Amino acid sequence: MRGGTVRFVLRRLAQLVPVVLAIAALNFALAKLAPGDAADILAGQMGHATLEFTEQLRREFGLDLPILEQFLAYMGRTARLDLGISLIQQQPVAELIADRLPATLLLMVTALVLAIATGVALGVAAARRQGTWVDNLISVSALLVYATPAFWLGLMLIVFFSIRLDLLPSGGMMRIGVAQTALGQVLDVARHLILPAATLGLFYAAVYARLMRASMLEVYGLDFITTARAKGLSEGTIAWTHALRNALLPVVTLAGMQVGHLLGGSVLIETVFGWPGLGRLVFDALVQRDLNLLLGILFVSSIVVVLVNLAVDLVYGFLDPRITHK
Amino acid sequence: MSAVLEVADLAVRFRTTRGTVNAVDGLSFAIGEGETVALVGESGSGKSTAALALLRLIADPPGRIAAGRILFEGRDILALREEELREVRGGRIAMIFQDPMMALNPVYTIERQIGEVLALHAGMGREARAKEVVELLRLVGVPAPAERAKQYPHNLSGGMRQRVMIAMALACKPKLLIADEPTTALDVTVQAQVLDLIQSLKDRFGMAVLLITHDLGVVAETAHRVIVMYAGRKVEEGTTAQIFKDPRHPYTQGLLEAAKWEEVEGAMLREIPGAVPSPFDMPKGCAFSPRCGAALPRCRESVPPLVEVAPGRPVACFVAQERAS
Ligand SMILES: Nc1ncnc2c1ncn2[C@@H]1O[C@H](COP(=O)(O)OP(=O)(O)OP(=O)(O)O)[C@@H](O)[C@H]1O
Ligand code: SF4
Ligand SMILES: [Mg+2]
Repeated sequence: MRGGTVRFVLRRLAQLVPVVLAIAALNFALAKLAPGDAADILAGQMGHATLEFTEQLRREFGLDLPILEQFLAYMGRTARLDLGISLIQQQPVAELIADRLPATLLLMVTALVLAIATGVALGVAAARRQGTWVDNLISVSALLVYATPAFWLGLMLIVFFSIRLDLLPSGGMMRIGVAQTALGQVLDVARHLILPAATLGLFYAAVYARLMRASMLEVYGLDFITTARAKGLSEGTIAWTHALRNALLPVVTLAGMQVGHLLGGSVLIETVFGWPGLGRLVFDALVQRDLNLLLGILFVSSIVVVLVNLAVDLVYGFLDPRITHK
Repeated sequence: MSAVLEVADLAVRFRTTRGTVNAVDGLSFAIGEGETVALVGESGSGKSTAALALLRLIADPPGRIAAGRILFEGRDILALREEELREVRGGRIAMIFQDPMMALNPVYTIERQIGEVLALHAGMGREARAKEVVELLRLVGVPAPAERAKQYPHNLSGGMRQRVMIAMALACKPKLLIADEPTTALDVTVQAQVLDLIQSLKDRFGMAVLLITHDLGVVAETAHRVIVMYAGRKVEEGTTAQIFKDPRHPYTQGLLEAAKWEEVEGAMLREIPGAVPSPFDMPKGCAFSPRCGAALPRCRESVPPLVEVAPGRPVACFVAQERAS
């Protein structure tokens, strides 16, 4: 079993190589579709946007070469995991991303864990009290959150929790210029994390609550639940063991499918909360037509998404013994 | 013979969007200690509903036990508190179902699912459970029980899964086993084995059995007494010999006739002409009247009450009652 899982992971990782490269190729095509390039922007910033100077920059960046050649060079680099130098910031793209990625991952994972935990808890609670006011309250709240734009929700949370109540910081990742113990630092980051993670996670919590409720109700209709009751198990045990484990499967599947979406949402929420993740970097790369940086971020994002999907498949296999990793 | 279970005037209703279904209506019967009672009737006659009601397992909504009394070992099941009820379920009364694939949880091992009963009702610790599960699997004839215990339901054949269900049911040596069509979903060859198993374990542990089936062959081999249900009501009852040699209700006669034809023509299934009435559109008077060859005008007017045509032989049929008097 264990050896089988290791082999499964290795084989899946090998299969991911062509997938990630295909995504990289697609990214290149998309990035090239946008008008203008870094040379235009940089020349404009430097204040002497002569045609000559722009062309010179273009030559330096290799942006004057035929598109096919640029493409092949890019793919060659990417295959070697070399993300190149940022055209504008003149720093290795890998370094820029490495600086920012952990913050984004922290936000993303916190939001996801929060969303799954609350979504599952609320979904189970609603299903167990189907048709009662508890169920209605949960269902209606979930629908409301689901229909609310995340950034607006974020702003409202800021207004309420940090401006009105002054409980939580409204932005950033930690207090600056304050000497703190290691534990103090962790707690400080945690405090800063609450609002952005809640903003990002609430939408998914609503999605998972609705799905979990439906999934639980479906499982409740299956024979093995009647068997569990006939054994004398309590409703609590039945809900949190027999029903939950089966009902989780669709939620896990959906969570896996939404990782890309979550990453995108995270980048957006970061700008609302001034969270020092990839968000700002994406924004700069887009505005400045920093092709290398943009492609680098997209490449790393695609790797994050496929890796999380692999993890989700492993969790699924753990939850459902009928899935064998062969 | 003292009764383990006494059911009186049991009524179960389902509220549906199309109206109320009286799935079980005015059902009364008793099961003696160590006795096997068969509950027979066509699909939709309310057998499963009655069985589930005995342990208050009817899903509410849409179902509800609307009336009746269920006495088990002298205790009123319908009056029990939740915790008391849970002690009876799986401890004193066990149940097995038609489809052993669906009745076992696909994500837990056999050991865990049987062990759960032992932990709950016998308070056994982890190691004791593991040993007892293997013992139980051996008892119900599962080969390589130690390995099987670690496997999941999907690793087992239908027959093996039903043996597992039986092991689970027997784990706490219940007084009453309710078996709802325990062999219907199995291969013919396996059916006989599973029935033999239930029979031998019943004798060994002195359990009473309520056996639900529409296979009259099974009834003839295993049951002491037979209850015939039609459209939610008991229409006839008697010892197995009485029912087979001297059926009084035209519906029972029809069932036996159909079973005879089935034997003669092998796999060819002969059935009573006509269909079970829709619960939303019950005929006036006797529910069987649209299909009954002996029907009189009064059969379409009023519902025939259950009347003893001989000692221990209640029959709900005007014609049968007239003949007897
Ligand atoms: N959950 C439910 N909701 C609505 N009606 C139900 C429900 N369960 C059972 N019924 C109705 O109750 C009646 C009796 O059903 P039941 O399953 O008890 O019959 P049965 O004799 O066990 O049939 P079978 O031989 O097919 O198992 C049927 O008319 C059925 O439609
Ligand atoms: S009461 Fe009438 S209709 Fe009903 S079974 Fe008897 S003879 Fe047939
Ligand atoms: Mg049934």
